[in-house]
Amino acid sequence: MQNLDSIVHAAKAAFAATFDPDALEQAKARYLGKSGRITVLLKELGKLTAEEKRKTGAAINQAKAAVETALAERREAIKQAELSARLADEALDVTLPGRSEAQGSLHPVTRTLERIERLFASIGFAVADGPEIETDFYNFTALNTPEDHPARSMHDTFYLLDKHGKLAEKVLLRTHTSPIQARYMQAHMAKYAGQETMPEIRIIAPGRVYRVDSDATHSPMFHQVEGLWVGENVSFADLKGVIADFLRRFFETDDLEVRFRPSFFPFTEPSAEIDVAFMRGTQKGRWLEIAGCGMVHPNVLKHAGIDPEKYTGFAFGFGPDRLAMLRYGVNDLRLFFEGDLRFLRQFA
Amino acid sequence: MQFSESWLRTFVNPALSSAELAHLLTMAGLEVEAMEAAAPAFTGVVVAEIVSVAAHPDADRLRVCQVDAGDGAIRQIVCGAPNATAGLKAPCALPDAVLPGDFKIKVAKVRGVESFGMLCSARELGISEDAAGLMALPVDAPTGQSIRDYLDLDDCLHTLKLTPNRADCLSLVGIAREVAALTGASLTLPQIPEVAFTAPQTRAVRLQARVACPRYCGRIVSGVDAKAPTPEWMRRRLLRSGLRSVSALVDITNYVMLTLGQPLHAFDNARLSGDIHVRMARTDEKLLLLNGQEITLTDDILVIADAADAQAMAGVMGGEKSAITLETTEVFLESAFFAPAAIVGRARRHNFSSDASHRYERGVDWRNCANALEYASALIMDICGGAAGRVTDAVAEEHLPKRPVVRLRPPRLAKILGTPFRAAEITEFLTRLALPFTRESTDFLVTPPSYRFDIEIEEDLIEEIARVHGYENLPAPEPKGQLAMLPQPESRRALARLRQQIADRGFQEVINYAFVPEEQERDFAANATPVRLANPIASQLAVLRSSLLGGLIDNLVTNLKRKQSRVRLFELGRSFAYAGDGYQQPWRLAILAYGAQLPEGWGRETRKVDFFDLKGDVESLFAPAELSFVCSEHPALHPGRAASIQLAGQTVGYIGELHPQWVQKYELPAAPVVCELELEALTSRTLPVYTEVSRFQPAIRDLAVLVDQALPLGDILRGMKQHAPEQVCDIQLFDLYQGKGIPKGRKSLAFRIVMQDTQRTLSDADIDLAVAGITAYLERHFQARLRT
Repeated sequence: MQNLDSIVHAAKAAFAATFDPDALEQAKARYLGKSGRITVLLKELGKLTAEEKRKTGAAINQAKAAVETALAERREAIKQAELSARLADEALDVTLPGRSEAQGSLHPVTRTLERIERLFASIGFAVADGPEIETDFYNFTALNTPEDHPARSMHDTFYLLDKHGKLAEKVLLRTHTSPIQARYMQAHMAKYAGQETMPEIRIIAPGRVYRVDSDATHSPMFHQVEGLWVGENVSFADLKGVIADFLRRFFETDDLEVRFRPSFFPFTEPSAEIDVAFMRGTQKGRWLEIAGCGMVHPNVLKHAGIDPEKYTGFAFGFGPDRLAMLRYGVNDLRLFFEGDLRFLRQFA
Repeated sequence: MQFSESWLRTFVNPALSSAELAHLLTMAGLEVEAMEAAAPAFTGVVVAEIVSVAAHPDADRLRVCQVDAGDGAIRQIVCGAPNATAGLKAPCALPDAVLPGDFKIKVAKVRGVESFGMLCSARELGISEDAAGLMALPVDAPTGQSIRDYLDLDDCLHTLKLTPNRADCLSLVGIAREVAALTGASLTLPQIPEVAFTAPQTRAVRLQARVACPRYCGRIVSGVDAKAPTPEWMRRRLLRSGLRSVSALVDITNYVMLTLGQPLHAFDNARLSGDIHVRMARTDEKLLLLNGQEITLTDDILVIADAADAQAMAGVMGGEKSAITLETTEVFLESAFFAPAAIVGRARRHNFSSDASHRYERGVDWRNCANALEYASALIMDICGGAAGRVTDAVAEEHLPKRPVVRLRPPRLAKILGTPFRAAEITEFLTRLALPFTRESTDFLVTPPSYRFDIEIEEDLIEEIARVHGYENLPAPEPKGQLAMLPQPESRRALARLRQQIADRGFQEVINYAFVPEEQERDFAANATPVRLANPIASQLAVLRSSLLGGLIDNLVTNLKRKQSRVRLFELGRSFAYAGDGYQQPWRLAILAYGAQLPEGWGRETRKVDFFDLKGDVESLFAPAELSFVCSEHPALHPGRAASIQLAGQTVGYIGELHPQWVQKYELPAAPVVCELELEALTSRTLPVYTEVSRFQPAIRDLAVLVDQALPLGDILRGMKQHAPEQVCDIQLFDLYQGKGIPKGRKSLAFRIVMQDTQRTLSDADIDLAVAGITAYLERHFQARLRT
């Protein structure tokens, strides 16, 4: 059946020459359609004897199957080719920017304060807040700084006028966050009045403070974080331990030295300044003053109604602006308060 | 307080380098904030004498000097200084000397004449700016001696930043005492002989303000030569302590003050009349001070007066009238103890301070008054000649400071410092500190010396022990405390979370000053009575803000200048206002949005941010609580585009577009949208309460109506919700349309109504009934017409 082989061959060639489904269907019709060459041969079988019919019929059916297989293969090939073409056509420039919303961020000082709050929260320090317009009593007197104490000249205080335009009696903008100590201890004592022992006080108090001072390293408004721990056995050694731990965690380095040197604050005794020195980086080896601290003065405890014989405690005050400057390498304090987006966006 | 290390070493001389000494002081609480060499480094310079001077053969301005530099030969040096004359002693840099600036001296020919070294000016040695000629040395300067030794140029100047409690260290002797305590080195105090009084003159002293002045020593020294020069060694020590040399008499009083810490005052005795009265000033009494300032005194200012009137502001500054001059021949010397409370703040009130007031405010050793007077008299007679009269020593014993015994209990010491000390250690530390004590059982009973004003309670002694022991030698254990959980109130929203949420919506946090220009308070808050500062840092920062808005507008202006076109800002802070007789200072949150709604980008359209963008932000900050927005006016805002924000019937803030008037005034290209909220309303929240979730399918119906264009949607929606049957669980506006196809003055509102019952599936009849009810309500109350 030389003829059948050539038909199959021709059909395969015809299919291979098509590149879209329509053309393939037309080619198919020429072989398998109503008057297609294979169909015609099958129709002509009726004219043959039974013996010939069986023999020729088998051969034709074989040829038909071969053509159908070729057809199916070609269909699949065309489908694949079309899919590839569509995919290629649909390809994106994945390097185009995404259509995100703009993202804002926190102020670097806020970021620093939140970090400090979290570190201290991890050892049980709660956050306390207090007023910024403060009384002379809480800002000074309750902190063992009576009127005319020379230490008052250490703070250049902003005073207020009352609503009649006269100097307001005993009212000021707080010069430090320490008044929160005094307020918190008082409230704590009121809460646990009449109890045999009071629970420990462990707080930090971040906030804005004000001093009449303005130059490259001083801003009339800046931040402080006050810390206070009062309990039955809180010592200066504990203060050293907590601060050293905090600074290493805050700066995330052990390449840091911390030193405590004697100093003076009316509301602590003994008192200390805390200096740090980094072992590497631009500030390498320089001692940087970073906080004041000390054991809460017995008079301050007494003012709050706490028995200084039974309870002792320490307090410290950090400058978070300074910490943020050191942490992020900011060299001018004033940048924090200028609201320049080009600066602030760097802390996203 | 600046001091010369070599002067200090005349009293105490520990085996420490300058840097070690500074470290020691710093770590003991006497912070050395600066260290400076007395002169820059140089070598090879000696005292030399010009033997003879001849003209230079080829240069008019140069001279050829024969110089004796003490090395046994006469050397020839060419010199251009105008004061190079025979017999002059001056510093001479020998060949191979290296002068400041790495300037090497070599044998050289100057205009053809050989020169074996260089004669130096003070500037060439880096000692002073004086370059007018050779540095003239006294005739008795030993020829050949190293100039560094002769002028003590290897000295180091330390500047102490003393804390106010350590008045006892405001003198060389005080610092020396401290160094001796810290190192154990021996202390040599200056030998002060009692001056024999040979002159008859005395002046009586009347202590009239005995509390303010419990001790006053005075003495007349007569026949002095006020023009006598101050000796070089004294001048140098004063200079290295930061004090200018004025005249011998003034210099001597300063020198004694620096040495002993006792301020002295010298009056011109000839200008005083009658007795000395130490009294409070009379109100409105006037006094012309030495600094030229005329002040009006008040009755809380202590003065030194003669029979006629006030001659000095006691412990602060002398008066011009009785000031010593170069013509003075008789001085009345004062060495007194004034109570700190009588001096503190008085100078500051008149905007100055003095070395005397600085010391008296902090406390001066009243047991040292007579001693200092003797020292000064001796120096005056030495330098200016004259004869001393008898000392008048007026004392109000009962008002002198007391030094009650302070008890130190070793267990308390251990409790405070967190580490125990042995009795022998405590004994050693107290002894080194020269704090006299006795023992009572295990306790130490300490009597503080008169020069220490900072030891009143046990903790003060504990600090002393810790200081001498060294803070760095105290342990620093890991903290141990009671374990107790911190409260986590679920009905409060953490501030940190709120801030982050605002930032996540695209806003940048800023922190602005609490002080603002008064104008901003007027413009943005119509506040005519802002809280006012008594002493503002600048007139445009004179009031406290009642609104955070002004700060954000400032920030916007700044950023627009810096070519930022899309600005999103927020600030959290306190606001301030008078309230009754006091103040209120609630926390607020202010937000500002300006520019495109979305950041510029490819392939999407953007538009200007508007009221509803920010409203959406505000709603989401308060979610799930529901707010209502009520059309209302605000001084900062466009009257038609402003609303007050209400939560459960309370106003919690405002929102709107900036008023065109302020847009113009603050030169903004377009209006920002702003809001300001009470933080308290944002941080408090209610606990969720479960309501049953229906297992049945919800039914959804849309309803479109036409209403008057001016009707606020909020009223309609609120009414619908109130009047709908209980199966209606949600009504949302999903379309708002005005324009083509809608009659003028009307708007089309399309609502989606969701209905559900927890017990059964709603029938069509139920649903139709509910929708009909809502429709009827709308028709009745809002004259709505159903759109079909």
